[in-house]
Amino acid sequence: MSVSAPEAAASPSRGFRLDLKTAGPLLALILLVVLGYALNPLFLAEGNITNILTRSAFIGIIAVGATFVITAGGIDLSVGSMAAFIAGVMIIVMDWAVESMGVSIWTVLMGIGCSLILGIGAGFVNGFLTTKAKIEAFIVTLGTMGIYRSLVTYFADGGTLSLASEAREIYRPVYYDSFLRIPYPVWVFIAVAIIGWVLMNRTAFGRYCMAIGSNEHVARYSAIKVDRVKTWTYILQGLCVSLATIIYVPRLGSASAATGVLWELEAIAAVIIGGTVLKGGFGRVGGTVIGALILTAIGNILNLTEIISNYLNGAVQGVIIVAAVYLQRGSLGRRKKAAE
Amino acid sequence: MSLKALALGLMATSVLTGAAVAQDEQIRIGVSIPAATHGFMGGLNWHAAEAEKRLEAAHPNIDLIIVTADGPEDQASDLEDLVSVQQIDALVVLPFESEPLTEPVRAVKDTGAFITVVDRGLTDPSIQDVYVSGNNTEMGENSAEYMMSRLGEGDNIVILRGIPTVLDTERFDAFMAKIEGSGINVLDDEFANWNRDDGFEVMQDFLSRFPDIDGVWAQDDDITLGVVEAIKQAGREDEMFVVGGAGMKEIVRGVMEGDPLVPVDVLYPPAQIATAMDVTVAHFTSNGPVRGEYILGSPLITQENAEQFYFPDSPF
Repeated sequence: MSVSAPEAAASPSRGFRLDLKTAGPLLALILLVVLGYALNPLFLAEGNITNILTRSAFIGIIAVGATFVITAGGIDLSVGSMAAFIAGVMIIVMDWAVESMGVSIWTVLMGIGCSLILGIGAGFVNGFLTTKAKIEAFIVTLGTMGIYRSLVTYFADGGTLSLASEAREIYRPVYYDSFLRIPYPVWVFIAVAIIGWVLMNRTAFGRYCMAIGSNEHVARYSAIKVDRVKTWTYILQGLCVSLATIIYVPRLGSASAATGVLWELEAIAAVIIGGTVLKGGFGRVGGTVIGALILTAIGNILNLTEIISNYLNGAVQGVIIVAAVYLQRGSLGRRKKAAE
Repeated sequence: MSLKALALGLMATSVLTGAAVAQDEQIRIGVSIPAATHGFMGGLNWHAAEAEKRLEAAHPNIDLIIVTADGPEDQASDLEDLVSVQQIDALVVLPFESEPLTEPVRAVKDTGAFITVVDRGLTDPSIQDVYVSGNNTEMGENSAEYMMSRLGEGDNIVILRGIPTVLDTERFDAFMAKIEGSGINVLDDEFANWNRDDGFEVMQDFLSRFPDIDGVWAQDDDITLGVVEAIKQAGREDEMFVVGGAGMKEIVRGVMEGDPLVPVDVLYPPAQIATAMDVTVAHFTSNGPVRGEYILGSPLITQENAEQFYFPDSPF
């Protein structure tokens, strides 16, 4: 049924090696931090660290959800469009509320409620179509990706939906204020990461995800309710997108067709950099968090330095991503040899 | 008998001519533009739709067909459809990219259609009958002139650029050439992809990197909105001002109200598509000649003149 988990429990030395595997992405992140500091010491200034953490929260939260989907052998390409769509509807709902009943804390709570319902609903649709209608996840989510993206463009008339400034005043602190000097979005990211980690590593649900990702048929014969578990992974993904959107909207108070473009690829990249296997069966929430931090830090470092031509930014990103995964897979290969 | 044949022949000819005249009366004009994927193109799509309504109401024999494309290949297919299915008499095209669309537009030209090219020029300008465009060079220069009117020797600015393309390079080069010798320091420039989120993040990084910034050239209004949020977050509104570009209604309204952080804007009108459609229709309806190049100005939008550039109904 479950392939990797019992083995890890069987031999303690294995457990130690698994730690090495986590160390791959962490090592990449540390190298990146050293590089960033060497290029510009301001990289480690408190303000900049806060910026990186807050920025990585969007992709990071979405990527935690994606870790479950990918571990269970699925894929969700719709998350970026879904975020734009949810942001758009939230803004429309809140603007409508401001106009019809004035502005209060309830306006924002209504927007948040709306976001949660949409996120969970959209996740359920992806999951249902994948499991019950038996359409490949790639096609289902490619389809919903196009649908959400067009809907937000349509709602915005091809332009931008903007949140009424009264509602913005109330909502703004959710992104910009902090508790214990750590901004709220980072707290949300931390909470999502911890819950995700517990869910993946300490519950039956997490083990089911890995089992299904390793071999769906075996999982089915082992009396795991495969369709239900898979649908739940998409619902979790939708919930994560919804949470990310809730903290995204107060940042700029707007949504347009350009919102969340390519977030799906960044989220998937964060998951893979973190050590989760793209074909499923093995998931690492902790690695995903580090993956998201690596992706954000690369962009930040490129902005802090002048030595690399702007035209080469994409190339530098590409090299670092591949190198980060090599560090992690490289150690994988070594372990295999050691085991043989 | 020969007389009868002649009469029949004449009749047939006149019927045919009549049919041809009837067909000529309905003039079909294809309008091929990129889809509304970001603010500026959203505005452009809106102005195209407005112009279609206005022109079709004014000229019952004109039929405008607007098609939007997601990429150069998509646009090339659109052009083929416009020719084969709609049998257009004229084409107004805003090419996604210059090189890949030059040959497809030439193919439309070869069917005898009248060609109007908008904004991004083809690599072979001999294809076009009319060229309508904003002026990227003037936009860069006017932005630079405003910077120079506010700043001087030893003042620092940062620049947020768009997407690496010819038109971005034109703006940037014109700006740099203009401020040369003014003593204004350009601390750095980075691409912000004509996008609010990227504008926000790039500006955050500029703010943590440079303790002394006096001016920001964002050259685009979407970027400007992100930049403004980042400056407010850092609480440095009083140190600097931002110059955007395009003419987004939110920014123009701010200029009208005298926002000190974004005191001016530089026009790069999405409404140029309407100008192009007007000129193309005029080719069929007016007795005046229309062939030629129409380069629209990029004036500075200030508090005094902002009202004439404000379209509250436009999505952009």
